Amino acid sequence: MTSQQQDLFEYATRLGDSALILGQRLSEWCGHSPELELDMAITNLSLDLIGQARLLLALAGEIEGAGRDEDQLAFLRDALDFRCLLLVEQPNGDWAQTIARQFFFSAFQQLQFQALSQSADARLAAIATKALPEIAYHVRFAADWVVRLGDGTEESHRRMAAAIDNLWRFTDEMFLPDAVEERLTAAGIAPDATALKAGWLAAVTATLGEAGIAVPAPHRPVVGSRVGHHSEHLGHILSEMQFMQRAYPNAEW
Amino acid sequence: MVSLPEDDAEDDAVTNSATADTDAIWAALAEVADPEVPVLSVVDLGIVRAVEAGPPVTVTISPTYTGCPATEIIGTLIREKLAEAGFPGATVRQSIVPPWTTDWISEEGRAKLKAYGIAPPKPRAANSGPIRCPRCDSPNTKRVSEFGSTPCKALWRCTDCLEPFDHFKCL
Repeated sequence: MTSQQQDLFEYATRLGDSALILGQRLSEWCGHSPELELDMAITNLSLDLIGQARLLLALAGEIEGAGRDEDQLAFLRDALDFRCLLLVEQPNGDWAQTIARQFFFSAFQQLQFQALSQSADARLAAIATKALPEIAYHVRFAADWVVRLGDGTEESHRRMAAAIDNLWRFTDEMFLPDAVEERLTAAGIAPDATALKAGWLAAVTATLGEAGIAVPAPHRPVVGSRVGHHSEHLGHILSEMQFMQRAYPNAEW
Repeated sequence: MVSLPEDDAEDDAVTNSATADTDAIWAALAEVADPEVPVLSVVDLGIVRAVEAGPPVTVTISPTYTGCPATEIIGTLIREKLAEAGFPGATVRQSIVPPWTTDWISEEGRAKLKAYGIAPPKPRAANSGPIRCPRCDSPNTKRVSEFGSTPCKALWRCTDCLEPFDHFKCL
């Protein structure tokens, strides 16, 4: 790989891993959601994200050129090699925690993919363009629930506000580019993550206002995913997600 | 509307037998049902983007939703149908450029959806006006959930005949 290909591999892996791990997290709700309609909704989001992950990790494998496909990247890497945002690997918790995580991520992903749809890399632009109409559904779904719970009963408000506050410390990581992203931004391939923050904060502030929830005070940011430093939760997700390939290597069905 | 491959616009350059093959391939594809909405063929659904007569035949399809599990099954069904129709060893390629949109569902496909009890998607350009109940045609309908039993459908309910129904989401 050339150095730009290495950067692109890394970047496509970050995008793909965030989609994959959030998709896997959401799938844990299957059969356990508060209502049947929500079970269908949350697993639909999961499916969309796994679809995005598949396209992005297939692209990463193609760029790497080492014969690894999207399945091998998903199922045969260990936690240190994963590049998903710390936000998406956080546990589902209650419905409010799941919604807060989704709301923060989807609002960010929408801005990120809007910018990526203009990427100088035609493959990334195509994937972003394909995913954007689906992401619009995710944003609307999550924002509606933030408002419904925030502006609901005393108990639902308490839980929604606690979830927003609890996950806030993981949001800074989305807007902190490293050298890889800076080089790709200079090449017109990746958006400048720093520049996405104002739009994200405006959208989040508007929804939280409607929900009657205060924007949390700045927390000490928790970061590390870019170099594979994850929370303890990732290993547990992987142990479940990767079990079959670990137990029966190369099994296909 | 199915957007035909550019090759089809250049009939002059195509031999008669290749044209006959192309017609036979499209006819075979019109018999491949979408596994999740079996009333629609893959041609009605507008996911067939290009057909190259080959041999071997290459068919390019656009996935509807990125994670739609039916896409792979559709590939298998297309290969099986083409083999039956005398075109063994066909290749099915996927393309996401340009992305599939519900505007590519044919008029015939929309009529079939409605007859099947699924409210067809509205054209994206004129996305106004009520979603009509596919059973009693009432405009008095209510969304129950934006997400339905498959990625492409939302759950609605008619407030006149009170029946719940699926609506094919606009994308």
